[in-house]
Amino acid sequence: MPLTGIEIFKLLPKTNCGECGVPTCLAFAMSLAAGKAELSACPYVSEEAKEKLAEASAPPIAAVTIGTGDRAVKVGGETVMFRHEKRFENPPGLAILISDTMDEAEVNNRLEKSSLSYERVGLTLRPELIALRCDSEDAARFAALAGKVKGGSDSGIILMSSDPSVLAAGLKACADRKPLIYAASKDNLEAVAELAKANSCPVAVKASGLEELSQLTAKLTEAGIKDIVIDSGARAVRQALEDQVNIRSLALNKKFRPLGFPTITFPAEMTDDPMKEALIASIFIAKYGGIIVLSDLQGESLFPLLIERMNIYTDPQRPLATSEGIYEIGGPDENSPVLLTCNFSLTYFIISGEIENSRVPSYLLVMDTEGLSVLTAWAAGKFSADVIGTFVKKCGIGDKIKHKKLIIPGYIAVESGGLEEELPGWEIQIGPREGAHITAYLKAWQA
Amino acid sequence: MALEVPKTQYNGKIREVVLGKGEKQVTAGGETAYPFYLFEGEMPRLPRIAMEVYDTPPEEWAEAALEPFAGVTDDPVAWAKKCVTDYGAELVALQLESTDPNGLDRGADEAAEVVKKVADAIDVPLIIWGTGNQEKDTEVLRRVAETCQGKNLIIGPVVEGDHKKIGAQAIAYKHTVIASTPIDINLAKQLNILLGNLGVPDEQIIMDPTVSGIGYGIEYTYSVMERMRMAGLVQQDDKLQFPIICNLAKEVWKTKEAHIPTEEAPALGNAKKRGILMEAISAMVLLLAGGDVIIMRHPEAIRLVREMIIELMAS
Repeated sequence: MPLTGIEIFKLLPKTNCGECGVPTCLAFAMSLAAGKAELSACPYVSEEAKEKLAEASAPPIAAVTIGTGDRAVKVGGETVMFRHEKRFENPPGLAILISDTMDEAEVNNRLEKSSLSYERVGLTLRPELIALRCDSEDAARFAALAGKVKGGSDSGIILMSSDPSVLAAGLKACADRKPLIYAASKDNLEAVAELAKANSCPVAVKASGLEELSQLTAKLTEAGIKDIVIDSGARAVRQALEDQVNIRSLALNKKFRPLGFPTITFPAEMTDDPMKEALIASIFIAKYGGIIVLSDLQGESLFPLLIERMNIYTDPQRPLATSEGIYEIGGPDENSPVLLTCNFSLTYFIISGEIENSRVPSYLLVMDTEGLSVLTAWAAGKFSADVIGTFVKKCGIGDKIKHKKLIIPGYIAVESGGLEEELPGWEIQIGPREGAHITAYLKAWQA
Repeated sequence: MALEVPKTQYNGKIREVVLGKGEKQVTAGGETAYPFYLFEGEMPRLPRIAMEVYDTPPEEWAEAALEPFAGVTDDPVAWAKKCVTDYGAELVALQLESTDPNGLDRGADEAAEVVKKVADAIDVPLIIWGTGNQEKDTEVLRRVAETCQGKNLIIGPVVEGDHKKIGAQAIAYKHTVIASTPIDINLAKQLNILLGNLGVPDEQIIMDPTVSGIGYGIEYTYSVMERMRMAGLVQQDDKLQFPIICNLAKEVWKTKEAHIPTEEAPALGNAKKRGILMEAISAMVLLLAGGDVIIMRHPEAIRLVREMIIELMAS
């Protein structure tokens, strides 16, 4: 159970020195309880307190890191059942499967696909992991594949085999990349646990059902292994969903440590139809998957899954924002219309989409409103004539156009008078209130 | 030691609302647990997919979305029939695009006549969706309600500003209303209360939380729907215990990514499959949040989603 602010306060030095950045120890304790501060900010906290706090603040679902460097992927660490209660923390890692029985061309092809990536609202969306499965039962062959993948990609690696000697060979080739070992089971637990310890790599446990799963993780924990990923073994959609929900619920609502780990799921093993596989994966993105292994990656399924993941893992308390600036849509020239909007990314997407659909080349001025929508920003005084005026003058749009006409959102029509004062010589035009009416508006617009 | 899995303590149930009339009528709602949490409660009715039909030939649709309806897009009656006979539609949603005052601005009488023809041509429940312009929707939907008396159409969007006039007609002519609010649980509750005060029976209300597709703000809808279900199922809020309808298709198919041809954006893969998956995955997300009726467009996306529903319910 996490400690309350008062319980934390009792463990602090109570000197109110203020060196942590807040004036009193009590205020610092409250920030710690709310997860808004780090204990390390206090220079005087005792070792004993550190230990107690670390133990109590250990997350109910462990966070596990796979891979190294910039491309390391952290999964787990979740704290809520529903995203609106706080937020979902670490997006599930998406993996492409490569079998050691595939020929070299196919392996190369898949390595290439594993680096597919997309830019969206300033974020890079990409799959993070490559799952290498030993189907040849040949340890040397598996090791060769692991070596090739290590050299040809910086993605995180999952080594898949039930045979400890095959896993050992794979680890020899790529242990320094901290791959996830998949999997320990009731038949090989000791040997695989040894490998995980010796190589300091995270290890997945596969069982049939939650009961056996929790017994196996308890053994690993006893052996001193902390970085664990769990697979309930379910490969039917209904049972798999049930397991995901129950694992999350046991870990969070009952603080049941043996299941307090990120999960690994296998849409790849649940259907032969790639379209259906994408839908199964979409369920695990919303419902608690830690790692999602796909049989293959195609742009048409990967892209929708990545944007779904981005949406579900967006912090509900912090709207996605687009960066401020001039966006040129459809190759505008000096006679093209200029539209103004806020930097709430959803607004940006809708407005830019509508402008694109209208096929009228235009400039879209996106102003930083701290991610607030037009009306909210306006109500908060962040989208009023004075700040808009300053932005329009500074952004440099005046040099790109011959006319001096600015189209503002219909919802802030009341600012037009003020804007004409702020921007002498400009004609302020009132645009539509809704994005859906932009096409008609732009088609009728004349410089 | 046997694992004791904690169960959500439910104390509410989503109302059952009958859509349409006769042999092919559909009942939505009835859940006593979160969506597909069959290990905690019941979901006696399968979530349903309604197929979209437009009352005017679509402009600028992605090729993939037009192809399945080739030859019928200029005739809403033929289009609706094709949905039912060829694609097995369990409900049809007629979008009254032509009545948009910013577009064709077709009159209420003409629109109602088309609705009547479609309603007479099919035996599955018929959803009638206006343009969101309150004045025009009032005019059109009132006329529609009257013309199709007793057919138990599902009409909307009904919003606070027009709920009295449209609601009154729905009571008089026995139709179900779509209570539509802009992604806000409190406004949704308030509108349901207003409709109740007006005298619309609980069994004639279905909620539209306002939806978007993946990549375009689906997370807002998702969380509002989850909160609606939480309020209705565990917080005994009987003003939120209504089934949820999601007018999804047009939100997905108007996006840039549903349109770009394969050759213009190779990284986005095959254009047709991409559009289908964007629609199907958006639908999955909404189903997991509590959608009871999803309005969709592409037959292949619908087939995939139906299969997933069946797998999620499989015993």
